[in-house]
Amino acid sequence: MARSWWKTALALALTAVMLFPIYWMLNVSFTSRESIRKSQMFPFDFTTEHYQVVFSQQMPYLTTSMVVGIGTVVLTLLIAAPAAYGLAKLPVPGGRVLSFVLIVGQMIPAVVMSLGFYAIYNRIGMLNTIPGLILADSTIAVPFAVMLFTAFMRGIPNELIEAAELDGASYWRTFLAVILPISRNSAITVALFAFLWSWSDFLFASTLDREGGNLRPITMGIYNYIGAQNQEWGPMMATAVVASVPTALLLVLAQKYVAAGVTAGAVKD
Amino acid sequence: MAITSPGAARSRSKRTAPEDDVVVASHRNHAARLAAIAFVAPLVIYLVVFYAYPLVQNVAMSLQRYDRGTFVNGGAPFVGLDIYREVIGQSKFWRIVGQTATFTLVSITVQYVVGLALAVFFQNSFRLSATLRGLFLVPWLLPVIVSGTTWQWMMNPDNGALNSLVGLFGVDPVWWLNADHALMSVIIANIWLGIPFNLVILYSGLQNIPTTLYEAAAIDGAGPWRRFWSITVPLLRPVSLITLLLGLVYTLKVVDIIWIMTTGTGSSQTLATWSYAMAFGKGTSSVIRYSEASAVGGILLVIALAFGLVYIAVQRKQED
Repeated sequence: MARSWWKTALALALTAVMLFPIYWMLNVSFTSRESIRKSQMFPFDFTTEHYQVVFSQQMPYLTTSMVVGIGTVVLTLLIAAPAAYGLAKLPVPGGRVLSFVLIVGQMIPAVVMSLGFYAIYNRIGMLNTIPGLILADSTIAVPFAVMLFTAFMRGIPNELIEAAELDGASYWRTFLAVILPISRNSAITVALFAFLWSWSDFLFASTLDREGGNLRPITMGIYNYIGAQNQEWGPMMATAVVASVPTALLLVLAQKYVAAGVTAGAVKD
Repeated sequence: MAITSPGAARSRSKRTAPEDDVVVASHRNHAARLAAIAFVAPLVIYLVVFYAYPLVQNVAMSLQRYDRGTFVNGGAPFVGLDIYREVIGQSKFWRIVGQTATFTLVSITVQYVVGLALAVFFQNSFRLSATLRGLFLVPWLLPVIVSGTTWQWMMNPDNGALNSLVGLFGVDPVWWLNADHALMSVIIANIWLGIPFNLVILYSGLQNIPTTLYEAAAIDGAGPWRRFWSITVPLLRPVSLITLLLGLVYTLKVVDIIWIMTTGTGSSQTLATWSYAMAFGKGTSSVIRYSEASAVGGILLVIALAFGLVYIAVQRKQED
């Protein structure tokens, strides 16, 4: 045990280096306006004024992000879970092709997708709307969700399904009463990642929803500060801290689901 | 990953020998097929409407000459591959391709090396190892706008933390985000973003190498360095290949971290940010050029899919 102390010390040092930018963000967010440019290691001129600015200015964006995130989660689950059951346990004609398409779909550059969406939304009047953003954001999560669910559901013993069928349950009933309850953990993993990706999305928000006013998500709330003539680093970093809360919650409360998502082939970067 | 064989329902029917049962089974198979189609139908429709349609839209735009007016009202003339020729003919095209290659290759190489070193290190069990490994995920899970703006501030030439740091070693302040240094700076930030992904994938790959191999090698007198090169490196090869190929495909198409830090100015322009800038008329392109943006996007798409197919081929080969 004594020998491994230096390893803990080294690991702590490495983690500190890796997380320094996050420390720096927190540091700046608590430093008063006059002292920010001094670049001190600690917020000696401590203030919470930047957070007051956040809560007075950024609430509409935070609300939009929340709504878009929840919408994305619901849509992703509704489409992915039944499809995964089909792929995992039923004879889907062309199932292999579909799986192939899902992998390829994840590789399409987002800028290509956003251009296509932009042209379509422009025609049908869906630019700068929340449903438009939910639909676009869900494309980040759906292939991942189908693959994660399929991998899990393939491991469900066929006996369970056959027993339900012997009891006269329909396919749909079997899916609802047998498959879904067992797949609860996969559903949580999918929901967490779908929410996080939609919450973090910059590309779709900045193209499909850039003139949406208060209907823009928090990523645009932060981006507004970058475009401003006189960059306000304090409120910007405070907003960044608030926008990081879902990530922090995820790591503290749901690390096991995160790990599940990663090992099941979470191939998002 | 998800390569599905619809064997579950079929294998059941094979067991039944008598004629009657075969009829029943084929009925069941028929019903199962219908159910299967019903379950995947929403996904198929979804993929056609929200993947294929935008994609076709993008390709169609690159074959027509659009301007602001025809974009809104329609009627842009079809010009075949003219726009691709014009884009490739621009003097900056090959420079941007080179920058894209540099951004991608340097990013994934360093991410991989650092990720592997960390994965090997975290394979040791010591106090707090699981917790600290969990904390390493933070950069990956954080919204890119958050990390991008933080890096931008740390790279501020006058008051940034990075210049304070290099100042400690007597180095003059660096203009991190100016035209010449922009590429280096976005690569640094992107490496930071990608290390967690490499760490996680490589760590789980290491878990699959039997510890008995290491023990046997240690008994034979192989030191840690020798064990790393003779056991870890060869046995991790499949996972390494997958990690690097995925990293390549995903790094090629990065827009957000670059755009947030530099808006693709100077040496940090890549195919992805160039396309974004032309489409949405910001940053280095003050005029909206949908057709050119789509053409650059199309070129990017072809490159990404080419490497993507290599990735899928490698993965299939490994599964067999």
